[in-house]
Amino acid sequence: MLIYRWLTIFGRYIMLMGRTFSMPERLRMFWKQYVKEMAQLGINSIGIVLLISFFIGAVICIQMKVNIESPWMPRWVAGYTTREIMLLEFSSSIMCLILAGKVGSNIASEIGTMRVTQQIDALEIMGVNSACYLILPKILGLLTIMPFLVIFSSAMGIVGAYGTAYIGHIMPPDDLTVGLQHDFVPWFMWMSIIKSQFFAFIISSVASFSGYTVEGGSVDVGKASTDAVVTSSVLILFSDVFLTQLLS
Amino acid sequence: MIEVKNLYKSFGDKEVLKGINTVFEDGKTNLIIGQSGSGKTVLMKNLVGLFEPTSGQVLYDGRDFVQMSKKEKVMMRREMGMIFQSAALFDSLSVLENVMFPLDMFSSMNLREREKRAMYCLDRVNLSGAEKKYPGEISGGMQKRVAIARAIALNPKYLFCDEPNSGLDPKTSLVIDDLLHSITQEFHMTTIINTHDMNSVMGIGENIVFIYEGHKEWQGVSSEIMNSTNKRLTDFIFASDLLKEMRQAVTGNSKN
Repeated sequence: MLIYRWLTIFGRYIMLMGRTFSMPERLRMFWKQYVKEMAQLGINSIGIVLLISFFIGAVICIQMKVNIESPWMPRWVAGYTTREIMLLEFSSSIMCLILAGKVGSNIASEIGTMRVTQQIDALEIMGVNSACYLILPKILGLLTIMPFLVIFSSAMGIVGAYGTAYIGHIMPPDDLTVGLQHDFVPWFMWMSIIKSQFFAFIISSVASFSGYTVEGGSVDVGKASTDAVVTSSVLILFSDVFLTQLLS
Repeated sequence: MIEVKNLYKSFGDKEVLKGINTVFEDGKTNLIIGQSGSGKTVLMKNLVGLFEPTSGQVLYDGRDFVQMSKKEKVMMRREMGMIFQSAALFDSLSVLENVMFPLDMFSSMNLREREKRAMYCLDRVNLSGAEKKYPGEISGGMQKRVAIARAIALNPKYLFCDEPNSGLDPKTSLVIDDLLHSITQEFHMTTIINTHDMNSVMGIGENIVFIYEGHKEWQGVSSEIMNSTNKRLTDFIFASDLLKEMRQAVTGNSKN
């Protein structure tokens, strides 16, 4: 029965995506929504992304320095590992998990509230494809802005690492610089961006589905919001395993 | 004109609409009345296509809405306007943007013409001056009037109103009723109002359909209600002692 239920939900998700990825009725209205969503979902998330990335970069650097330091290890290893962790996992996967909480709940509660207050019915009565009008700009907006968030996150993590070197005097900044520059593989940056695109799609589409299919009242909107965050987080973690294997 | 023929709607084993047959006429304020849970809202949702009937026909000037393809239904819906019980205004848009929304979506007017049309609609519902406000900043009655302005922006042929007076004080309810009635006549629309409000029934009901437990129990005009011998109808309309006494005073009939 559980499998039947999951298959039913997956089928409804696919059907909703089918309605979402259709030609917008008015491109002018679509662009307006697209720009608005980029600002709401992406630009408004820059602050939290930069803040978290700064501190995580700093903490990773301190942990590496404290725990890996050994006479057998080169002095730049803390900088090297900080860069690799930020680039390969934090700036894409962990940051997207954080965004699943912030952006996912935002999308699910916004669309869910529109559903229970009959705003989506009003769109349908007007002859508007509500899925395309509401969901497509969110998905494309987040996909567009995500690479920038990944780059900002990586850069801020490294700034955080320098913070520990210059302010906390954990290690000499020169050692950190050597580590950060050691054996740099540009593909890792691309890998991070590609992974984040998949995660952005998961966050925006799963949250939209949760909100769009709400039935009931405010309690159900809250539940949909929680479900959106949990489901997209789990899917991000699952897909991270496959994507990392595929892209490495 | 909207004709409903042998309309059935079930949810699982529960049959909510049981073979409704009725006609809603052009240029008239058609009312659907009935107790809570009698199937009024389900009937209206079947008329506008938010629910798919189990069987039966809904004919818009002879065109069967149930049998239409998705594309045809979308085109058909552009001839409809709907006012929801909760007004269903878009929270993120201002009053003017709400009224302009259908015009932005479907009209070929330029921005100035769209604004002019939206301002005319707002003026028609006596809301000039509120265009920059947001739905959260205006009263329930004003929200309903904005919803009416949005519904008539594209000059619809068919106007649906789901309990437009719910949550409003009697005076504001009268304003909304008068507005709907005058707009119906002015634009010669087929207006269907789902209501519990007895003032609306007696005041603007030009064609009243009484739904009882999923079937049409009675149909007529407001003046016929006073002398109706249908017990279910009179029990529903004259539920309060005050209304019973009023009826008795008018008709001299104490039986019902």
